[in-house]
Amino acid sequence: DVSVTLTAVPRNYDPALHPFEVPREYTRALNAAKLERVFAKPFLSSLDGHRDGVNCMAKHPKSLSTVLSGACDGEVKIWNLPKRQCIRTIQAHEGFVRGMCARFCGTSFFTVGDDKTVKQWKMESPEYGEEEEPIHTILGKTVYTGIDHHWKDAVFATCGQQVDIWDEQRTSPMCSLTWGFDSISSVKFNPIETYLLGSCASDRNIVLYDMRKSTPLKKVILNMRTNTLCWNPMEAYVFTAANEDYNLYTFDMRYLESPMRVHMDHVSAVLDVDYSPTGKEFVSASFDKSIRIFPVDKGHSREVYHTKRMQHVITVKWTADSKYILCGSDEMNIRLWKANASEKLGVLAPREKAAMNYNQKLKEKFQYHPKIRRIAQHRHLPKSIFCQIKEQRIMREARRRKELNRRKHSKPGSVPVVSERRKHIVAVVK
Amino acid sequence: MAEDWLGVEAAVSASEGEDEGQEDDERRHQRLLEAVSSLSGRRRRKLAERTEASVQVSEFNVSCKGAGEKLVLSELLKPIKPKSALGSVKKELSRVKQKKAVELPLSKEEAKRVVREAAYVTTSKDVGKWQEVVLQNRRAEQLVFPLKQEIATVVPLEQVASAWKARTPLEQEIFGLLHRTKQPITDPLLTPEETASLQAMSLEEARQRRAELQKARALQSYYEAKARREKRIKSKKYHRVLKKSKRRKALKEFEQLHKSDPKAALAKLEELEQLRMQERMSLKHQNKGKWARSRAIIAKYDMEARKAMQEQLAKNKELMQKVQVELPEEEPADVPEDLPSLPIPTGASGANPWMLGKPSDPAQEPEVQEGPGDMEVSGAVERKEEMEEEEEEEEEMSEEEALLQDFEQKRQARQQRAGSPEEQGADETEAVLEQPGASPVHPVCAEGEQVSTAGGEEQPQQAQEEEILLSEQLERVQTLEDVEALASKEQVEEQEMLVAPRTEKPAATRAKKRVQQQEDSRAGDKHAKNPPAKKKKKKMISLQAVLSGKAQDVQCPTMPVVVEEEDGGTDQRRVITEAFAGDDVVADFRREKRKAEEESKPQPLSLVLPGWGEWGGTGLRPSARKTKKFLLKPPPAPPRKDQHLPHVILSEKRNIHATAHQVSELPFPFERHQQFEQSIRTPLGSTWNTQRAFQKLTAPRVITRAGHIIQPISAEDLPSTATAAGTGAKPGLEAVPREPQQPFNRLRK
Repeated sequence: DVSVTLTAVPRNYDPALHPFEVPREYTRALNAAKLERVFAKPFLSSLDGHRDGVNCMAKHPKSLSTVLSGACDGEVKIWNLPKRQCIRTIQAHEGFVRGMCARFCGTSFFTVGDDKTVKQWKMESPEYGEEEEPIHTILGKTVYTGIDHHWKDAVFATCGQQVDIWDEQRTSPMCSLTWGFDSISSVKFNPIETYLLGSCASDRNIVLYDMRKSTPLKKVILNMRTNTLCWNPMEAYVFTAANEDYNLYTFDMRYLESPMRVHMDHVSAVLDVDYSPTGKEFVSASFDKSIRIFPVDKGHSREVYHTKRMQHVITVKWTADSKYILCGSDEMNIRLWKANASEKLGVLAPREKAAMNYNQKLKEKFQYHPKIRRIAQHRHLPKSIFCQIKEQRIMREARRRKELNRRKHSKPGSVPVVSERRKHIVAVVK
Repeated sequence: MAEDWLGVEAAVSASEGEDEGQEDDERRHQRLLEAVSSLSGRRRRKLAERTEASVQVSEFNVSCKGAGEKLVLSELLKPIKPKSALGSVKKELSRVKQKKAVELPLSKEEAKRVVREAAYVTTSKDVGKWQEVVLQNRRAEQLVFPLKQEIATVVPLEQVASAWKARTPLEQEIFGLLHRTKQPITDPLLTPEETASLQAMSLEEARQRRAELQKARALQSYYEAKARREKRIKSKKYHRVLKKSKRRKALKEFEQLHKSDPKAALAKLEELEQLRMQERMSLKHQNKGKWARSRAIIAKYDMEARKAMQEQLAKNKELMQKVQVELPEEEPADVPEDLPSLPIPTGASGANPWMLGKPSDPAQEPEVQEGPGDMEVSGAVERKEEMEEEEEEEEEMSEEEALLQDFEQKRQARQQRAGSPEEQGADETEAVLEQPGASPVHPVCAEGEQVSTAGGEEQPQQAQEEEILLSEQLERVQTLEDVEALASKEQVEEQEMLVAPRTEKPAATRAKKRVQQQEDSRAGDKHAKNPPAKKKKKKMISLQAVLSGKAQDVQCPTMPVVVEEEDGGTDQRRVITEAFAGDDVVADFRREKRKAEEESKPQPLSLVLPGWGEWGGTGLRPSARKTKKFLLKPPPAPPRKDQHLPHVILSEKRNIHATAHQVSELPFPFERHQQFEQSIRTPLGSTWNTQRAFQKLTAPRVITRAGHIIQPISAEDLPSTATAAGTGAKPGLEAVPREPQQPFNRLRK
């Protein structure tokens, strides 16, 4: 047929006819690496409208285009991402909106604030003539600092002085879980084994709870305070904790004696962490005015995003289609980033897609070659972060040297070698 | 209460019966008191009555004689007769006595801790069932998210609309208007009957129907293609035969028409008469045209030209023949063939089959002869005996079909040679469909039957025809003249035939001969040319060998080692020399160095292209002048660094310019440099791989789709083996033992 003969390109794959495969592919890989850097424009837009720093965000469980944010002045805004518009504004609390979460069905959402209240709101904007009012308001005795909703049942958990688990229909908690007395900064439900809870308190510990037995399970005490944690949505027993000591720790909840991996790159306290829905990567927000993307199985970040105007990033979310990242920062803006900096948005032609895949594989294949690695790994950093990194490198080196010297000049065995993973764990309490 | 009361009454009446003295009075009084007290609602325990006089009375109404004595527990257990039945119990009792008091209950903290530990162990076991899935996902070549592919369902409009209500004044106004005009607001998109009918058709039926439609469409396209192809066919013979068959058809139709509607048949006959008149008027077949005149000049010497002219005349004659109108319906039988190009040989000129320009074929000749004869008969003579005629016609039809099939097969053969096997198959099916052309069944409806018959009946037919074809070819191409004659007449056919295997034979043999001759001549050349070259080579090699041998001989005696050996020094040295007695290390080293030097010398580059400016081919070598001209001698290499260092070889292979691009140390996941090199060496691109392999090689690790929400993994994604609690978790854990102090290990102990 004519159509077949037009499209079919006869090829001879005899290797003698196509010499120099390695050099040719190397050149292609080099070009691909260069182009990737050329096209790396991750910043999409910023959503402005808040009148104070953005303190918390929540994803809509059923709609990709909707995102909720709560600010330090008690205002909650609902955004339409494709239009980059605020579609609804609620004055939810007096003082900070400490935490917010959407119900698993997406019909309502909860907020907690400094005014010791938990409020439930409808996701839909009020009808004509209706007033903007919460569906339920629960007045507590103490300040709530965080909230998370169960992934399947009508149950949510708040944290403050203790972890409270609430039935949506009741005004008093079903049960309160405590272990010692300290303010708990965040609580998160496990998305897979939904009866599991993780919390982190300001006395430097991470505590796991089992909702079925209404008992805490285990406690890990780290060197410094953990700000938040996030469960891996694809691996039931893995969670990552964002720590004040600039690092993130990925734990296997079955073996808490040492973290699976220590992720270091930030140069200031890590304030928030969120997993990609694929469970392969996570994004972290830091006080050092940048966000970083870490592969779960790597100790260092693959990407760092920053802009001149972005201040301390307080909250970060990875969207449910795994394509975008949202971060809310001190200077009242929410920023929308691409998760893959050089990815082309929109529909790709088959040939484009094939070329993209090929380039990706080439980059992977030649990633160890110095020239390509140099190009692929190059990132621009603001001077402040750059200098801090340098400074910390020097400090780390000095510490290492000192330890080496101490070991050298003391009785053999008296200064044991402690691996990086174990170094940051103070104790595990049963 | 009531029962109590009755009971009391009964008791009172009973007591009155046995009235005896004061004691009785006292007792009665007592009872009365009791009865009264029991009225208060609370039942009181009846106090025991003392019937025996004794000093010590226990509250349980037992008199105890030996109250002062101490009772020992063991005495109680002692039997009256000394028997060892309770000995074991006694022993146990004594043991119990020796034991300490029960421990205090755990402190609250401790208790909580125990609970926590137990809970942690069970929970981590629960969570462990995911291990297998997690590991599988981590190792997976490709992951596609979302894990569960959801099928988007469209919510019907009515459902969406029913939940919505008009609230704002504007909306209400609009709805008021709509209601007033009684517009249907929520029309069901489908009536119940329609939905029922939709449901009635099952998926299978729908599929079947779709398949049928597809088939019909394919057939239609086949037929269209066929028609187009036929239209393009240039062979005159083919068209001739085709027309003939058409004519037959028309004849038959006409007869039928005559039977059914004689009036219409008459009208048609008149039309035909008209055509005949036209032919008579025109000078078309009278050999008076330009071409005919030119032919006439040539005809004297050329048989073919003469033949062509005769054909023309015959045609004219035939066309002008008056149709005998005995019975009006039979006349047109011949006239419909009037179309000018029909070469029906008339008795005088056309009867000679050799003049037809057909391939002479013993098998077909009689048939061919018969064909025209029949035509004549049918054209001129009686049509009354319809039965006979029909038979004849059938025969003719079969001949024509055979001819048509010939063409078809020839074409097929051609296409098979050119096209892919699939096309070939398609053509075969076409041919199958064409063959029963006598019965004009509608393709779509008849298709199924035809296909069914194809396997059984048609193939033998084809085989027969193939045989016929083959025989034809054998006859035709016996001599070269035959082939040439064919070439002059039927180019198309000739082309077809030439490629067929048997026709090739003579040509092939001839070609072979030629090739052989050439080869022979070349071989001769080779023999003539090669020996001197070989000799030269041999000479060269021998020279080098001699040179190298000499060098060795010269270098060997200068060895210091050898001198030492002769000296016969210390024991160690002797040992070493004994150990290395067989091999001459220093000489080896020198040889090695010389080799390295040779290799590092730049090689001359030959840019000679054989065949440019002179004859080329196998066995021919470019001239000496040319080789000299195009042999590029490189500039001499810079002096080696180890030139003056007799005991050192400095390798100069390292390319400084390339090192910037090379990996200096083995990257992490690889364990050997061979592995890494292998990974680099295998190309990924479509230049080196087939399309399928390319797609496989470049498949991305993780695929996500824009606009699809990826839900966390859920219990449904767990394989069934893993969900069985405990047992499923084990293999995964055993596969990856991480640390000695795992909770599970403890559990297993």
